[in-house]
Amino acid sequence: MLEIKNINVFYGDVQVIRDISFKVNEGEIVALVGANGAGKSTTLKTISGLVKPESGEIIFNGTHLAKVEPYRLIEHGIVHVPEGRRLFVDMSVEENLDMGSLKGAAKAEREKTREMVYKLFPRLLERKKQLGGTLSGGEQQMLAIGRGLMSKPKLMMFDEPSLGLAPILVREIFSILGNIREEGTTVLIVEQNVKQTLSISDRAYVLENGRVVIEGTGADLLNDEHVKKAYLGV
Amino acid sequence: MTSPQLEVLLQTIIAGLLLGGLYALIGIGMTLIMGVMKIINLAHGELMMVAMYIAYVLYSSFHIDPYLSVFLAAPVLFLLGVLLQKYLITPVLRVDAIIPENQVILTVGIGMVLSNVAAIIFSSDYRSTPVDYSTKAWYLTDIWKGSPIELSLSMPWSVSFVFAVLITVALWFFLAKTDLGKSIRATAQDKDAATLMGVNVGFMRIVSFGLGSSLVGAAGCLFIPIYYLYPDLGGQFTLIAFVITILGGLGSTVGAIVGGLILGVFESLTATYIGMGWAPVGRFVIFVLALIFIPGGILSLFKRRR
Ligand SMILES: Nc1ncnc2c1ncn2[C@@H]1O[C@H](COP(=O)(O)OP(=O)(O)OP(=O)(O)O)[C@@H](O)[C@H]1O
Ligand SMILES: [Mg+2]
Repeated sequence: MLEIKNINVFYGDVQVIRDISFKVNEGEIVALVGANGAGKSTTLKTISGLVKPESGEIIFNGTHLAKVEPYRLIEHGIVHVPEGRRLFVDMSVEENLDMGSLKGAAKAEREKTREMVYKLFPRLLERKKQLGGTLSGGEQQMLAIGRGLMSKPKLMMFDEPSLGLAPILVREIFSILGNIREEGTTVLIVEQNVKQTLSISDRAYVLENGRVVIEGTGADLLNDEHVKKAYLGV
Repeated sequence: MTSPQLEVLLQTIIAGLLLGGLYALIGIGMTLIMGVMKIINLAHGELMMVAMYIAYVLYSSFHIDPYLSVFLAAPVLFLLGVLLQKYLITPVLRVDAIIPENQVILTVGIGMVLSNVAAIIFSSDYRSTPVDYSTKAWYLTDIWKGSPIELSLSMPWSVSFVFAVLITVALWFFLAKTDLGKSIRATAQDKDAATLMGVNVGFMRIVSFGLGSSLVGAAGCLFIPIYYLYPDLGGQFTLIAFVITILGGLGSTVGAIVGGLILGVFESLTATYIGMGWAPVGRFVIFVLALIFIPGGILSLFKRRR
């Protein structure tokens, strides 16, 4: 479904992504894990077109994304739930959700999808008139995910959805990622919460200093000596 | 307070609110551009001047009422704003600048060109549209015979004010209820997140500059029945717009409305109690006070601290 081929990304003169390749198959949950500054967010931003790669190819269902305007990506079925939620803080919960469904079929089915999102996150329904910026951290994450779902994506990319949440909420978010996949959406997730992420992932890639150093199934990586030592603290 | 004194005070406040309504329209246009573009449009007053000349020509050549010319000047100004944004400001935005605020400096240049072109075409004579209702007014004692005090409401000022309110309400509706309006607000709040949601940020900039220009253009048409016109008039209105946006807290539409009304009343009080010529000084004083004491704008005083 999504294929990343040998991308290199620079910020100014500094190279942060070095020849990364990986792929995501339809129906999978694929994880990118790694330490702070490994280049995980940059990889997702490159896929969404917010950052341009120096070289390499990104192909989604046969389309070269280099030829797609970044704002058109959502129409191709890719949605990026960014690091730090990036909600529209002065817009209400409902308006934030509207912003996820500006185009095509997503717009036509806005009401229906919104019902579905409210069913998934009843908290958002209770607070639908509240401003995004005044929600609690957990509610903000729910809204960011809900806003992404409003676009009826084929591929959903999450950047650290568990960041700053209490353990019970983290578990809830991870189980929702499972639901999203069950509903037929492919998931690419970036996380530092390595253990839980690997346990829900079909496959995963470990990033270190802008390179993929290990890849395998979630279960394989959970048993990998290097992963255990560096990321699981055992 | 004796009743003549009270009359003067009330009359001054009414005049200030009517002026403030027009100021608010100017300020909202500036705010919209500032919110989305993150730049101060220092050609704002000059855009208003262009609209006033359009209304002037329509009146003097075709005898079209300035209030009708709103419907022509606003679209023309929208187009002008779109062209300026698309062919001048956007290209400059892309260039790595030697000076970081080079788009702002560009707007200064645009303003200078506009006022010079106006001077070439129309000379620097003062112009006006001597409409026959310019001195008409409604009087309180006409409606309420036994009123202890006398107040009057100037007809053109009131009509201009009502127009300004209607335009503001229409704009509010557009920004709050339509997807395009929401996309403009989203772009102002977080342009990358907006891009991820499918918003064409470049297009929103163009629309916002067009809309901001057409709002100040509409304000120009509402001003001309009660004001006079000359090519250099833009500068003071740019300053007014700037003061209002500072008062309102950069980028807040409601703030711009409140800021406009406050500035209008303040100027009116200055003119009545200190002297006509002191209004610009008063404006400057309020500007400096706002910068020092309420850097977040007036609305920040009412918000609970987070
Ligand atoms: N806009 C930028 N300009 C310059 N350098 C940047 C920029 N964004 C990120 N970097 C650098 O690129 C490297 C990779 O950053 P990135 O955000 O991709 O890491 P990450 O793996 O997501 O880290 P974290 O887990 O902390 O979010 C870091 O060294 C970071 O400092
Ligand atoms: Mg990151």
